[in-house]
Amino acid sequence: MPDLQGPSGAAIISALKRSGIRYVAALPDITTSEGLLWPLAQDRDLQLIRLSKEDEGVSICAALGYCEKRSVLLMQQTGLMDSLNNIRAVGCDYKQPICMVVGLLGKEPNKSPKDSSNFGVRIIQPILDALEIDHFLIDKTGDIDELPPAIDKAYRTSRPMVALIGRSVAK
Amino acid sequence: MMERMACFQKIAAVRDGAIVVATYTSAFEWHRVDPNPLNFVSVGAMGQASSHALGLAIGLPSQKVIVLDGDGSLLMNLSSLATIANEAPKNLIHFVVENGSYEANGGHPIPAQENINFSDLAKAAGYARTDTFEGLNQFSAQLPELLTSVGPVFATLKVEAGDAPSLNYDYGWLHSAERRREFRDAIKPLLET
Repeated sequence: MPDLQGPSGAAIISALKRSGIRYVAALPDITTSEGLLWPLAQDRDLQLIRLSKEDEGVSICAALGYCEKRSVLLMQQTGLMDSLNNIRAVGCDYKQPICMVVGLLGKEPNKSPKDSSNFGVRIIQPILDALEIDHFLIDKTGDIDELPPAIDKAYRTSRPMVALIGRSVAK
Repeated sequence: MMERMACFQKIAAVRDGAIVVATYTSAFEWHRVDPNPLNFVSVGAMGQASSHALGLAIGLPSQKVIVLDGDGSLLMNLSSLATIANEAPKNLIHFVVENGSYEANGGHPIPAQENINFSDLAKAAGYARTDTFEGLNQFSAQLPELLTSVGPVFATLKVEAGDAPSLNYDYGWLHSAERRREFRDAIKPLLET
């Protein structure tokens, strides 16, 4: 069920386009499914690459980067956890601009991730800090303004970044 | 059964400017057979060669992309068969070099070594063409047609275990930023707007 106070999916898609994103590699995540993944699947300006497993997307996005084509990897935090070795190898060790948009399944709307009662949510930011990966939280539509500069920085510095989606995305 | 290096020599002879994605032990041998800046080395996270190749095939749709996968590596990213088949890149040729073992890690057998059929898996996922080769003459004869077939094409190359030649397996070179910079520079002329 979309959260009417959650961030706008249309605004996220618009921000991705302003950042030069043309490819979205994704596995469905209920936090972003209705408000973001379904609309971008219909968007003719974005090519959706449906993944079978999230770590495939790390490699696909890296390869697109070699081709000077910008992409994002859209997934749930469980997929981020499953992809950590590839993110470590390709994003961190090899310094590739892997841009990730990650739905935080189970985060309470009124709490920050680090204060969540959900262990799987609470550990995400410390793990990203340990990996030295830039990250920020999108909890409301106004937070989306951080997305284009974060993507530009990732490509400019050839480093990974993560945008955490803290509430169910509204259409 | 074939020798891996012999298979690579046949592929190199008909490469014709293709990008080649190789992984781990195969990457050293491929580079010995055909050193070329269009060789992309997929290491760091085992199993990802097929996904790197898919990204390159999507990003450069007019450029032939060949991936030299390992059987243990493909098992680690088996889901990529479905992802590749779904994207259906016409320019992707996916070889799996099957020796039934984790050669770089002590020669231990892969699971289901006696029974697994990678070409059947690729066919079931929806690859446009799948083949299995056990003899070098047969492989050599069909290789040009394989490389001009509409992809995604998949071929299992049955090779002998433990036939890795005595090469300089310098993993520092394999992981080096210089390797990646060479590849990035090499594909610049191929980039499409």
